[in-house]
Amino acid sequence: MNAILRTVLQRLALGVVTLFVVSALISASVALLPGDFAKAILGQAATPETVAAFEKQVGLDRGPVERYIGWIGGVLHGDFGTSYANRDGYTRTVVSLIAPRLKNTLFLASMAAIVAVPLALILGMLAALYRNTIFDRLINVATLTAISSPEFFIAYILVLFLVARAHLFPALSTVDEDTTFGEHIYRCALPALTLLLVILAHMMRMTRAAIINLLSSPYIEMSRLKGIAPRRIILRHALPNAWAPIANVIAVNLAYLIVGVVVVEVVFVYPGIGQLMVDAVSRRDLPVVQGCALVFAATYILLNLAADIVAIVTNPRLLHPR
Amino acid sequence: MSLQPDLPEEVIALAAVAEAPRMTRRSFWTRAWRELKHAPVTAWIGLLVVAIYIFAAVFAPLIAPYGETALVGDAYEPWGDQFLLGTDQLGRDMLSRLIFGARNTVGIAFLTTIFAFLIGGTLGLLSATLGGWVDQVLGRAVDVLMAIPQLIFALVLLSIVGTSIVNLIIIIAILDSTRVYRLSRAVAMNVVVLDFVEAAKLQGEKLTWVISREILPNILPPLVAEFGLRFCFVFLTISALSFLGLGIQPPLADWGSMVHDNATLINYGDVTPLLPAGAIALLTVGVNFIVDWFLHRASGLKE
Repeated sequence: MNAILRTVLQRLALGVVTLFVVSALISASVALLPGDFAKAILGQAATPETVAAFEKQVGLDRGPVERYIGWIGGVLHGDFGTSYANRDGYTRTVVSLIAPRLKNTLFLASMAAIVAVPLALILGMLAALYRNTIFDRLINVATLTAISSPEFFIAYILVLFLVARAHLFPALSTVDEDTTFGEHIYRCALPALTLLLVILAHMMRMTRAAIINLLSSPYIEMSRLKGIAPRRIILRHALPNAWAPIANVIAVNLAYLIVGVVVVEVVFVYPGIGQLMVDAVSRRDLPVVQGCALVFAATYILLNLAADIVAIVTNPRLLHPR
Repeated sequence: MSLQPDLPEEVIALAAVAEAPRMTRRSFWTRAWRELKHAPVTAWIGLLVVAIYIFAAVFAPLIAPYGETALVGDAYEPWGDQFLLGTDQLGRDMLSRLIFGARNTVGIAFLTTIFAFLIGGTLGLLSATLGGWVDQVLGRAVDVLMAIPQLIFALVLLSIVGTSIVNLIIIIAILDSTRVYRLSRAVAMNVVVLDFVEAAKLQGEKLTWVISREILPNILPPLVAEFGLRFCFVFLTISALSFLGLGIQPPLADWGSMVHDNATLINYGDVTPLLPAGAIALLTVGVNFIVDWFLHRASGLKE
């Protein structure tokens, strides 16, 4: 147990280090890459004086190291800086922009994940068990088509049939603080369904591959040759070793959800963090972009960390590497 | 030399000798055709789709009924004789924009994938061949780049350098080269330890020779398959960015932004905006079918 604890703590420490390196990278890209922010934000007619004043105001005149330390120090205290937008008189902090939208995005992502994860695991395992049958081939072609389609294609097909033809759902998923829980679910149904279809396909393919890989290992063949019943082989021999690859599949796909969420939120005009980030990128509102990127990257790193830890605590072999 | 009927062995031997150069001369096309005859239906569909797209991209100005950016009618005209697939939000012919889109969207994605392979493949091979600190530095750098979701990192970089086609190609090529690096390094690692590479090094061959003549030919099949898959990822990423308004900019015809610009029509039950999205999906499915077949063939040869 001690060894497990130590490995887990090592992984956690590594995750924290990764997060810091990533934050430094996000900050350093600003310093290293050419970008004429002040001009892009103030317009081409800006005089050198106003440009200098703006750069001083947002801290662009300081060195990159100093700026990073200032930024990361603020982040650790829960202060992500101030948005460039609405500078005259009324400014908004990045946190006040991100916080309510992050809640909405998590709501949408969990809605999709709660249904997708069990469904994908069951269908993926069935495809692996009945591989090379008609059922498996159909699933293969269907999932391949789904992962080959851009998210907005799937989203708009759903809009065409469920909104324009059948009038079942609202076309736009606008929600605010006054939206009730039930109403929120109803309005999120279409974006959640889109995300569900996208990650379902990815996850099923990966689950199928992981299980087939497992079933081809020598000890499974051995137990089959001994004449053990198929159900017992799956439950007693395959499953205990399957948790690590399955956890990995889930983590990779939940991370994929992060990316899918950006496009889907824009399609359905859902007030989430993905849409905020896209808006900020087109306005070149750097503090907001950096804040959103850090939140996305942290989620991504946490998910991968969780998968690693599940793999460690369910697989004793990883604890005693030769 | 005359062939005697009472010398069957010699006849067979001579026939074989006479046959040999002809076989090598035609072997590529004959073999390719033989492969194709046994290819599954899905591979045929994939090849057909890719061929149609290449044809549309190359001969776009000849087959498109109108110019790429020409305003030829009113906005959102329905399908009809004059405009086969109607017009877009500015009154440009939808069909012509779709055909020119094959050139822009696919062309830019293809170029980006080539750059990603040049960068990632070269660094991966160098990493595997040189080892030591080069491998360590490159490996850790790639780890850091891969710790951020790709689309998110692309968004950060685009917000810094601004949106233009050149920026788009460079950013996506660099971010995607990390995956190419991982794969080419991993497969090259297996070849680097083999005796003929060792022999070439001892013989005093230059690094470029060892990499291009000894290692590269032996890792080509997985890299070719990866090229197909990478192209799909790059193509989907660029389409997503264009859809978000941050990729290929107007007035260039591009499938991602065409979907975005005409999306309102879908709410009225019109399928026109789905056509460019479908064009993206169809090409990706086609390439995937070909890669599946190729991988199946490559793994079948090993067994």
